[in-house]
Amino acid sequence: MTRTPLTGWGRTQPSVADVVDVADAKAAAAAVATAGCRGALARGLGRSYGDAAQNSGGLVLRMAAASDDVVIDAPKAVATVPGALSIDELLRMIVPRGFFVPVTPGTRFVTIGAAIASDIHGKNHHVDGSFGNHVESLDLLLADGSVVSIGPDRDAQLFWATVGGMGLTGIVLAATIRLIPIETSKMSVDTDRVPDLDSLLALMTEGDDDYRYSVAWIDLLAKGSNLGRSVLTRGDHARLGQFAEHEDPLAYGPRQLVSVPALIPPSGLLAHSAVAMFNELWYRKAPSHRVQEEQSIATFFHPLDGVGAWNRLYGSRGFVQYQFVVPLDRDDVVRRIVQLLSARRVATFLAILKRFGPGNPAPLSFPMPGWTLTLDSSSAVPGLPALFAELDTLVLDAGGRHYFAKDACLGPDAARRGYPRLAEWQATRQAVDPQQRWQSDLARRLELLG
Amino acid sequence: MQNAFGEPQQVLLLGGTSEIGLAIVAAFQQTTLRRVVLACRDVAKGESKATALRRDGLDVSVVEFHGEDTASHQGLIDAIAGDIDVAIVAFGQLGDAAVTATDVAAAAELCNVDFVAAVSATIAVGNRMRQQGHGAIMVISSIAGDRVRKGNPVYGGAKAGLDGFAQGYGDAVASDGVHVMVLRPGFVHSQMTAGMEPAPFATTPEEVAQIALAGLASRRRIVWAPKVLRLVSIAFRHLPGPVWRRVPF
Ligand SMILES: Cc1cc2nc3c(=O)[nH]c(=O)nc-3n(C[C@H](O)[C@H](O)[C@H](O)COP(=O)(O)OP(=O)(O)OC[C@H]3O[C@@H](n4cnc5c(N)ncnc54)[C@H](O)[C@@H]3O)c2cc1C
Ligand SMILES: NC(=O)c1ccc[n+]([C@@H]2O[C@H](COP(=O)([O-])OP(=O)(O)OC[C@H]3O[C@@H](n4cnc5c(N)ncnc54)[C@H](OP(=O)(O)O)[C@@H]3O)[C@@H](O)[C@H]2O)c1
Repeated sequence: MTRTPLTGWGRTQPSVADVVDVADAKAAAAAVATAGCRGALARGLGRSYGDAAQNSGGLVLRMAAASDDVVIDAPKAVATVPGALSIDELLRMIVPRGFFVPVTPGTRFVTIGAAIASDIHGKNHHVDGSFGNHVESLDLLLADGSVVSIGPDRDAQLFWATVGGMGLTGIVLAATIRLIPIETSKMSVDTDRVPDLDSLLALMTEGDDDYRYSVAWIDLLAKGSNLGRSVLTRGDHARLGQFAEHEDPLAYGPRQLVSVPALIPPSGLLAHSAVAMFNELWYRKAPSHRVQEEQSIATFFHPLDGVGAWNRLYGSRGFVQYQFVVPLDRDDVVRRIVQLLSARRVATFLAILKRFGPGNPAPLSFPMPGWTLTLDSSSAVPGLPALFAELDTLVLDAGGRHYFAKDACLGPDAARRGYPRLAEWQATRQAVDPQQRWQSDLARRLELLG
Repeated sequence: MQNAFGEPQQVLLLGGTSEIGLAIVAAFQQTTLRRVVLACRDVAKGESKATALRRDGLDVSVVEFHGEDTASHQGLIDAIAGDIDVAIVAFGQLGDAAVTATDVAAAAELCNVDFVAAVSATIAVGNRMRQQGHGAIMVISSIAGDRVRKGNPVYGGAKAGLDGFAQGYGDAVASDGVHVMVLRPGFVHSQMTAGMEPAPFATTPEEVAQIALAGLASRRRIVWAPKVLRLVSIAFRHLPGPVWRRVPF
């Protein structure tokens, strides 16, 4: 056990916790039993941007994961995996066997436990929903040290409270998840360069359903008639024979190409002009319309993983990511927010727009049928807190909400308004953890435990 | 809990009627602030300040706090509910320079408040924040403690001691997640300086507050208010002793 300063991926607001590496459920239960008034929390790979995986003054448990413990049932297309296993490790095991994860975020360095705890979504949300939809059952370590096996058909209430529950119901020790069968490890990708926001929203509304995966990258620095110019990429897993045959159609070996060194000037490298230039080049480089391009899984899903520790580029003060969703019929809010961000000249790399499909029964799950926009900015940008507060109001007034796995800025009122079923979740949670052993900085900041 | 910008939800003001301290609280009020604890020697005066702050829906409580009563510090701070995100050590007295420079008892008394009590209160807050694993302490020092002047050596000396302590203490508690920021104002128009001839670069509590918040957001360890005083300080330090002695303040 060592007292360690922790931050999220955004590297803002460090807090210190006693970090314990635990080998198995028994060791985890023993550690949780020693937790004092600041409680305990599981941490995965620390890819949430804010304080979701921090527990200041308390215990933080890092579970070991053995890939030997993975059991793949190929005929049923399901896998039982340890909660601490990463999607990276899992993909290396299943892609060569003709399977893909049901949902992957923009990085493969996330754990299965956190994928459930954050109920993560991917480019296929409009078709497949979020990660929790694909979990058949999971083993949960409760605050009292016992382990329960739950699923959508077994103690559904606790199961759905755990999906999206940000680690505050217990530790996911293992989960059985449904996999997507694939014929090749290649993606077939269509790309469209879209001149403005209105065209983009129309294109996505009309065409998204023809593709399993869809996402748009928006240049938020573009102004005037270029406002919201973007590149829309949509695709699917390539079929066998679709492209020139490779020796092994299921070959998979993603690599990290470079890594950002630890010593970056404190101001960070991302000056406004540099970001604007990058966005410009990136837009011009995209084809105006291209179909059925062959891409690797890593290029299509995890482009940022090619650069190790890229979060250091923002300098010592770190950066914040802002992700919200508003209902489908409130695209006016998306428009207004894109206008605001463009007008305020916030240096933000490409923002990501995605059209969500239906949500799931989890009270704290983020996705709802609607538009979700994600952007990031150096936290040192003057006036950013006030700008975000302005956006918060627009989002919440429209019946939208913010994503806890990304958030580092909100207060309790925004959480309550965005998640009207919070009280219901609290009641389920409280029943399995009356002493509030599970705690986190996120829970303190948003007063999630009630 | 602070957010990504270091904005606090609960602030403790030690010296709950300090004009500089209250200006800092008011500046935080424009952010995510929800709860304030004013620790005051004069509770009635504190209540009147609390009433003004409550107008905007802030949750404000007033507790009785006497700097000299160092034995009470830890208990008082531990009794505060919820995480203390930011504490401001703002209490202090200027003293009557003519008296403190000659009267042994008065000098000791001033040091007791400006140095001994401030050290004690800072440590009491620090202990609490080390358990929390996070938090920031703003310790209000002064340019008077930078190079101590003949005009008020006891006040200046006490501030010099506090300033040095706070820097070293900040280094000691950093690994426990506690950030200590030393705030060094120059002449500030407040009840402390009422009726005095303003010194060059005189400023207001509001301006000091803005500078303090910006400094905290970038996790600075030493913050001058106004900023130009950093240069003034360098100039002062380089004056030879005989010249310094003849400077008329
Ligand atoms: C480049 C990048 C791109 C991303 N893209 C997306 C995206 O497209 N879609 C999306 O949804 N998210 C995305 N994310 C966010 C990321 O998927 C989530 O934050 C995810 O939870 C991180 O997983 P982690 O293992 O790093 O968990 P951590 O950040 O360590 O923890 C996240 C939460 O999970 C809890 N937790 C961790 N392990 C367990 C466990 N075993 N049992 C119970 N609770 C646990 C923690 O307590 C914490 O509350 C992205 C992040 C990055 C850095
Ligand atoms: N004003 C300046 O020019 C200036 C310049 C540099 C540094 N500073 C420092 O800034 C801090 C705040 O000053 P300010 O300008 O805001 O002046 P202020 O309004 O007079 O504040 C001083 C505060 O300290 C309190 N106090 C005094 N003695 C105390 C004791 N024994 N126990 C508890 N509380 C006590 C006062 O309470 P009452 O209200 O009950 O008296 C008051 O709340 C002080 O540390 C000061 O030394 C001020």
